[in-house]
Amino acid sequence: MTDQTSGADLLTTADGKSLKSSLNRALRRQKIRALMLIAPLLLFILISFIAPIFDMLLRSVENQIVPDTIPRTIEALEEWDADTGEAPSEEVFAAFYTDLAIAEEYKTHTRLGSRLNYEKTGISSMFRSTGRRVGRFDTDAYTDGFTDADAAFADPAQWAAWMADDAVRASLPLTTDAYDAWALLTVEENNDIPAEEDPADFVYTALYRDLMNGNTAAAMPAVDVSAWEPVVISEQFIDANDGWADPEVWATIKTYGGTYTSGYFLNSVDLQLTPDGVETRPEDERIYITLFIRTIVLSILITGSCILLGYPIAYLLANLPLRSANVLMILVLLPFWTSLLVRTSAWKVLLQNQGVINDILVWIGIVADDNRLELINNATGTIIAMTHILLPFMILPLYSVMKTINPSYVRAAKSMGATDWTAFWRVYFPNSIPGIGAGSILVFILAIGYYITPELVGGTKGVFISNRIAYHISSSLNWGLAAALGSILLVLVLALYWLYDRLVGIDNVKLGG
Amino acid sequence: MSALPPYASTGQRAWFYSYRVICGLIFFFLIAPILVIIPLSFNAQDFFTFTPEMLRLDPEGYSLKHYQDFLTNSDWQLALSNSLKIAPIATLISVSLGTLAAIGLSQSHVPGRRAIMAIMISPMIVPLIISATGMYFFYSNPYIPTPFGKVYLPFTLTGTYAGVVLAHAALGIPFVIITVTATLVGFDKSLTRASAMMGANPVTTFFRVQMPLILPGVISGGLFAFITSFDEVVVVLFVGSAQQKTLPWQMFTGLREQISPTILAVATILVFISICLLTTLEILRRRSERLRGMSPG
Amino acid sequence: MKLTKTLLATSALTVAAGAAMAEGHMASDMTLVSWGGAYQSSQINAYSDPYLAMNDGVSIVWDESSAEAVAKLRAMAESGNITWDLVDVEAADAIRLCDEGLAMEIDHDEMLAAGDDGSSASDDFGDSIISDCFIPQIVFSTTVGYRTDMVGDTAPESICAIFDTDAYPGKRALNKRPLANMEWALLCDGVAKDEIYDVLATEEGQDQAFAKLDTIKDDVIWWTAAAETPQLLADGEIVMGSTYNGRLFAAIAEQDQPIGMLWDAQMLDFDGWVIPADLPEDRLARVMDFVSFATDTQRLADQAAYISYGPARASSAPLVGTHATLGIEMAPHMPTDPANSQNVFVTQYDFWADYRDDLDAKFQAWLAQ
Repeated sequence: MTDQTSGADLLTTADGKSLKSSLNRALRRQKIRALMLIAPLLLFILISFIAPIFDMLLRSVENQIVPDTIPRTIEALEEWDADTGEAPSEEVFAAFYTDLAIAEEYKTHTRLGSRLNYEKTGISSMFRSTGRRVGRFDTDAYTDGFTDADAAFADPAQWAAWMADDAVRASLPLTTDAYDAWALLTVEENNDIPAEEDPADFVYTALYRDLMNGNTAAAMPAVDVSAWEPVVISEQFIDANDGWADPEVWATIKTYGGTYTSGYFLNSVDLQLTPDGVETRPEDERIYITLFIRTIVLSILITGSCILLGYPIAYLLANLPLRSANVLMILVLLPFWTSLLVRTSAWKVLLQNQGVINDILVWIGIVADDNRLELINNATGTIIAMTHILLPFMILPLYSVMKTINPSYVRAAKSMGATDWTAFWRVYFPNSIPGIGAGSILVFILAIGYYITPELVGGTKGVFISNRIAYHISSSLNWGLAAALGSILLVLVLALYWLYDRLVGIDNVKLGG
Repeated sequence: MSALPPYASTGQRAWFYSYRVICGLIFFFLIAPILVIIPLSFNAQDFFTFTPEMLRLDPEGYSLKHYQDFLTNSDWQLALSNSLKIAPIATLISVSLGTLAAIGLSQSHVPGRRAIMAIMISPMIVPLIISATGMYFFYSNPYIPTPFGKVYLPFTLTGTYAGVVLAHAALGIPFVIITVTATLVGFDKSLTRASAMMGANPVTTFFRVQMPLILPGVISGGLFAFITSFDEVVVVLFVGSAQQKTLPWQMFTGLREQISPTILAVATILVFISICLLTTLEILRRRSERLRGMSPG
Repeated sequence: MKLTKTLLATSALTVAAGAAMAEGHMASDMTLVSWGGAYQSSQINAYSDPYLAMNDGVSIVWDESSAEAVAKLRAMAESGNITWDLVDVEAADAIRLCDEGLAMEIDHDEMLAAGDDGSSASDDFGDSIISDCFIPQIVFSTTVGYRTDMVGDTAPESICAIFDTDAYPGKRALNKRPLANMEWALLCDGVAKDEIYDVLATEEGQDQAFAKLDTIKDDVIWWTAAAETPQLLADGEIVMGSTYNGRLFAAIAEQDQPIGMLWDAQMLDFDGWVIPADLPEDRLARVMDFVSFATDTQRLADQAAYISYGPARASSAPLVGTHATLGIEMAPHMPTDPANSQNVFVTQYDFWADYRDDLDAKFQAWLAQ
């Protein structure tokens, strides 16, 4: 080893440098030049494509909306144990009252309701109906109590002065927290000056709770609140919607209170997170596993029919003289170039019950007029239309592999007495298998991500997981679940891509012969 | 395969013809939707239906009104002009960056070649719905990820031409990479060495020696990229807004809100354009083979 | 500390808002969002063309994205880049947008024109103002059309014909969402009309509705675009299907298709404009100018000359005339015409606003099974 190295060092180029370092330098220069050529595109793809994909995948675990909207409730719920089977304490309801009153002003409570509804149906309507009521809770009794006891409590400027006083802030933690949130809200949402506006009921309620907890501020007029008739906040909530008495609702809120969640991923495989751990979802809500399986099964069927239809065509093209093969190749490429939407609509016209194909079959007499074939709005429609759309992706790689099969192999087999069939099956076909592999993986990868065609011809039984992703993005607005489903699909596709690269090598894909 | 030998047996003869029939049927399957579109685009009614008048070949059943609608309707005209603006620019970006990168990748000793290739091909592999939604969120509020957090850029790309062009350029790149790389595989490196030896600098070598030879690959990749942008609906629906509506966008909303055969008229026009493009490709291919000295077949 | 900052910020914000108000010039471009098709053309003919004729230098772009309005507005709000100026949505979406703060609350009397008969805007629109953000345009209904040549001798007269596959064999087209389908299912399962929403609010009631829908699940083609039903009827693919009454009118009156209207238990609904929240002042000024013009008494009545939807203003009703090209009287084709509205089902928006998420999730899961 050492000898060899020193031997190489001894060789020098014309300018006196060692051959090894000179070669190394040349190699490095070559590498840098190659990377310089690649860099602009790599940067472009990273920014315009890879970054957006990662950004989307992150949404599948994000859950900021819950802790951002009801931070006090989440904190208070930490004390509560879901296993007791009882609704949380009045403390939690009081914290929730402050959170919800603020969220209602910011109009974020309905969105939070929608978010939690993904985990437990029914919560959305609870947030909406209670949101309308929360401004009219009986807690205004506290407000009246304070303002009646001393006029200073009705003076916004006095409130602002108290709340700017560090001593008051330190002694009344709940009031300070509520007032700050209210002041921010007043500025942000209503564009008003807090020192000129009457504080909301929830601020007075917080003050009442502070005083009941034994906290007092010297700067404020002393009020004895212990004799007041208490307003039970949990009753106020349960009165607005009796769902709040259900501990399961609170368990859901507690379970999904974190900034990040695995909930969306669990949802995408028909599981759910409960206080007792991961469980399967109720039977009537389990759909995603079925959809993933259907997507894979249909994609396999589509790939199979592409092989069946693509092989004879590729064989014909590969064995015809180049000029006529190229003319026929235009027939293969023409649908490839026709708008996907238009081809799909054309399939609708062809496949429907009163469509061209059924009409012809009835006219020939193969099927009865009152028993026409169901070719669309089901899996059959998806398979036919997608086979058509993806067929060129099978024919092209098959064709380029078949072009390389030396015709003398088949001739040799035949000269040794093989029949046409044996020569084909034992000699030609094995040589064409790499083409089948390449085409199949390409078709399969493209098929499992399809969206537009199944949407238009698939009905309910012929739709794919992509349709579900699209539905969650544009209709149900469950972007987190869409991202989780998308991530799973992406992993599946990438695994196939890796396989493709190992088997075929991505350099060997050819488009258009 | 090209012709039946005179000594073929009856069985071989039967197979030969039935094989041709099978292939004919498959070709028919490929072309059938296009054959349906063309007559329906002359429908006198506003539905995708073969009316009894059409089947009787009654001239009453046919009309050019959908073509007229395409040529006079301002929405369709906006869509057409947008498509003609967006597709060429996106193609130009994919082709120029893609060709450079393909040349870089074809050199020996590129570190991490597989990974780079995988990243560049990814727009073709990642399901469109995922790309579309990712781009939608990211382009709305683009940022540069740094180790210290996200640095948000002071502009938005959704609902702008730049955003749609950027997205379409990304989608077109794999096609350019694949076709140009395929051409470069057959490229004889001694030609560039010869050129360098005769005193040409790398730029001259590129434009005078390399470029003419890989041009067919570049053009065919460019056509693929062009069609990708020209036929792309999912991403433009998410990233674009009404001002950037392209032909497929208009077709998609047309299919959804009012099923109008104008879509078929547009498709028929596009089919004829496609035939012209494909013929161009074929002519270019033959020319390239002549240049490379291969047999014209 | 936090508080002091807040108070300081207040005065700055107030000043900035004041300055923008004072300037008060109007933007010259508007992006209007609507549903496309015949409905959008009626809006172009009745609202935007006259407006453009009166206002030189203004340009309007139409975006046919109303179906995804809620998703797109939410994403726009998230990115802080609102590209739309005025969005046409149906009532349920308007409530949702308003609830989430994605649409601007408006003062109807102050911002909209008074009726021709002197009534204030809020009186003139009356019950159609179903949300503080909603600027009503039309009354439409989800109703059923059937192939006259496929129903035999007895044309259907009751909505329950949808569920009667013995008397009316063949496929039916229904909307791929719970609204209307759930109500009809309960109605035809024997629930009294005025109890339907109470029943639907319970789990058992929802199961009952799904059980009824189960009986025809295999015979249904689910549509997502209103244009699909007329196309399917024209092709003879379905024997009957639900869609918006204006679509059926177009297929019957303008396209001469053999289609009949089944007005029984039509679901009355409203459609109107919402203004996205937080528009810049100059764009908001332009939109307000346009919307007050486009929803005045005459403009709403004009729209009815192009499509058979009833104007949302009471004062527009007497002005409804004949179809712009066919010359037929439009009043008998309106969902509110006495002959058509003998058995009307008024959609309860507050119910749907509250239960939409729940029922949507269940309905989609039911469909997928």
